[in-house]
Amino acid sequence: MKKSKDFRREPLTDTQLLMTITICIFVGMYLLAMLIFKGGFLHAQQVFDMLNDNASLIIVSCGLTVVMIGRGIDISVGAVTSFVVMSCVLYLNKGGSLFVSVLIALGIGLAFGIVQGFLISYLEIQPFIVTLAGMFFARGMTTILSVNPQKAAHEGFAKLRETKIVIPWLGYIAKNGKLVPARVELGVVVALCCLLAVFLLLMFHRLGRALYAIGGNPSSALMLGINVKRTRFLSYVISGLLSGISGFVFMMHTGAANATNAAGMEMNAIASSIIGGTLLTGGVGNVIGTFFGTMTLTTIKKIVVSSGLNAPWWQSITTGGMLCFFILLQSVVLSQRARKKKA
Amino acid sequence: MAMQESNLLEMRHINKFFPGVKALSNVDFTLRKGEIHALMGENGAGKSTLIKVLTGVYQSDGGEITVDGKNVAIRSPQDAQNNGISTVYQEITLCPNLTVAENMFIGRERGPFVRQKDYKKRAAELLGELGIPARGTQQLGDCSLAVQQMVAIARAVDMKCRVLVLDEPTSSLDDKEVNVLFNLMRDLKSRGVGIIFVTHFLEQVYAVCDRITVLRNGELVGEYLTEELPQVKLVAKMIGKDLEELKSLGEVEEKKSDIKEIFYEAKDLSSSEARPFDFNIHKGEVNGFTGLLGSGRSESVRAVFGADKVTGGQVQVNGKNVRITKPIDAMKNGIGYLAEDRKRDGIIADLSVRENIILAAQVMKGFFRPISRSEAEAFADEYIKVLNIKTASRETPVGSLSGGNQQKVILARWLLTHPNYLILDEPTRGIDVGTKLEIQKLVLKLAEDGVAVTFISSEIEEMLRTCSRLIVMRDRNIVGELTGADLNEAQIMKTIAGGEAANEKEV
Repeated sequence: MKKSKDFRREPLTDTQLLMTITICIFVGMYLLAMLIFKGGFLHAQQVFDMLNDNASLIIVSCGLTVVMIGRGIDISVGAVTSFVVMSCVLYLNKGGSLFVSVLIALGIGLAFGIVQGFLISYLEIQPFIVTLAGMFFARGMTTILSVNPQKAAHEGFAKLRETKIVIPWLGYIAKNGKLVPARVELGVVVALCCLLAVFLLLMFHRLGRALYAIGGNPSSALMLGINVKRTRFLSYVISGLLSGISGFVFMMHTGAANATNAAGMEMNAIASSIIGGTLLTGGVGNVIGTFFGTMTLTTIKKIVVSSGLNAPWWQSITTGGMLCFFILLQSVVLSQRARKKKA
Repeated sequence: MAMQESNLLEMRHINKFFPGVKALSNVDFTLRKGEIHALMGENGAGKSTLIKVLTGVYQSDGGEITVDGKNVAIRSPQDAQNNGISTVYQEITLCPNLTVAENMFIGRERGPFVRQKDYKKRAAELLGELGIPARGTQQLGDCSLAVQQMVAIARAVDMKCRVLVLDEPTSSLDDKEVNVLFNLMRDLKSRGVGIIFVTHFLEQVYAVCDRITVLRNGELVGEYLTEELPQVKLVAKMIGKDLEELKSLGEVEEKKSDIKEIFYEAKDLSSSEARPFDFNIHKGEVNGFTGLLGSGRSESVRAVFGADKVTGGQVQVNGKNVRITKPIDAMKNGIGYLAEDRKRDGIIADLSVRENIILAAQVMKGFFRPISRSEAEAFADEYIKVLNIKTASRETPVGSLSGGNQQKVILARWLLTHPNYLILDEPTRGIDVGTKLEIQKLVLKLAEDGVAVTFISSEIEEMLRTCSRLIVMRDRNIVGELTGADLNEAQIMKTIAGGEAANEKEV
């Protein structure tokens, strides 16, 4: 008996369980898409395209996961992204330097994070309301800066935009017989770095662990000697900072600013986090799951398009359906688990 | 004060006000090195408040605290920790979503990074040393409440605390676990740790404590050496009145078990949590379920009330077949249920006393026929008076009342529905002697008025005082039913331990 006990593996934690489910569903779905739709899904470039198009979404989703683990929410991320894009494009078009524009992006994100985090954790105002206000404020500021779309015309920036990582061996032979190498934008690298950083922060840094503790039970966390207010404050600062980075990455992808940029991005980010196994009730979730949540969401959209349903509402409808499905699945899995625990 | 030197902790002239209530007034408390010091008092006496002032959850409104002769300011739980004061609360203050090991070490990391491997190793050592049946890698939420409590203690032990505050740590532990805890406490004591022990179990005080400080109504009654204060005197000091009432209750003793009509009868009743069992209760009868923690006593009565998913069985109320699958079905059949865990199942802390009292009555009446404000106020006032609920007003949020008074509010809620059958699951847990007696008396009075009552309590003595029939459970099966002359502690122990199995039921 004793021997077998030593070798027994611990059951997965809730976080691991939900994440595993998401990854399995993503892989299954993608394989199915490869079988049924073939075409683009067979090329590695399909995955890279998904990454290229969604680098900034991945970044803000990481921020949302951080905030949601600590039982919060941040719906200002899309608007802040848009505000950053507009500010940086206008600044660059005035002949500013690339380096300073990066600082502007980070600065705007940080400022939003700090103000919102302060209001939420030190003045104890509902996070939904604070970030809703932040969202309207950022949208308004974006429109004040310019109502009309602005195209970035800056040499250094154009060069940076064009820089892509080329991976020949993952390319494919086009119809004309030429090899088209796989291309990955720099934004994807930034996104993956952010993902890794947030992952390490959540798993191994005391701030991350404190955030999980707060999500699990805020009053317990306080008793355990965790500085709850500061931890929550920092979670919003992280989310704000990531929105700033997301803005810059967004700009590198589109090369232009528009007052309606990144509209609804916060909702997609929340959906990604939830699909990736983050619970709105806090304490459970992981950015790896969130990454696969984003990929799942994107794959569904691609599948919808490949099925010939081009009208934009089909994507919304399937996203809605998918979200329902995942939330149902999560609650079924977790309640089954709770029941087993009692038995 | 010649002994000044060995005083580890001194609290002097502590005051604390809450809106409308003076929770602590000029209270002194002294803890010496290597002593176990009981802090006793009725509900609302100010024990919890004093503890929370000491641990930085509340700020005192005056007074000073010295640790090792040095003045300290404790403004947060971290401050308390930094001054070597650790606390284990009655309610588990750990995080269910983290592992056992993390729960033991989180919040006191040295560097910015968390070394999970270190944690795992140290947790395994400590758990082994203290004999706690848990693995460090387990998710805490997967452990039983008792184990979670012990993990909390292990955490405090590992913090090399000088002052250890144990706030009702034993209320969710069984006897064996209590003994493990006591050994641990004695061990810590010999290492010079001062322990403040808050409990409602008098025997436990006499088992481990050196000194007793008694509070009443937010004021200090006095500090006594345990051997110089007999149990009866302690109770008298706590409730601040003579013991005649205690004695008079003892005299009610002889409970007639003349057979009246059966009110409720269940055959093969089972739920998602409870194994099939037979059960009945007569009008005006008080019976009880007893057994060790986890023996299934709560699960059984929850099945009666439909609180868990009912999976089978026939139920008759007043001789008529009925289906009870949800609490509302039970309520419509005149059954009331006072849940074991009042925080989770009973109390809605943010609502006022009045709103909490009329809740069940409102549900019974239907939401489209609201109880008028003046009616509700009249009801609330009536029951605040009848049950002697200590509250600033009927509009005070229930969450700010003390545990015993919260319990009375829930009791009032059910009494207002005028139930024919009332199930009380641990109604006296975590409340003081005075209120316990009041509740016991109330139970007997209800029975006189023809109400059937099922009473569950961990304290066998209390069950013997109130019940005329005891159903004994072990390992989720009914193993005996005791009445009349068999109703004594020895017989109950024997039945629990497996001497006789009366109601054979192979499952």
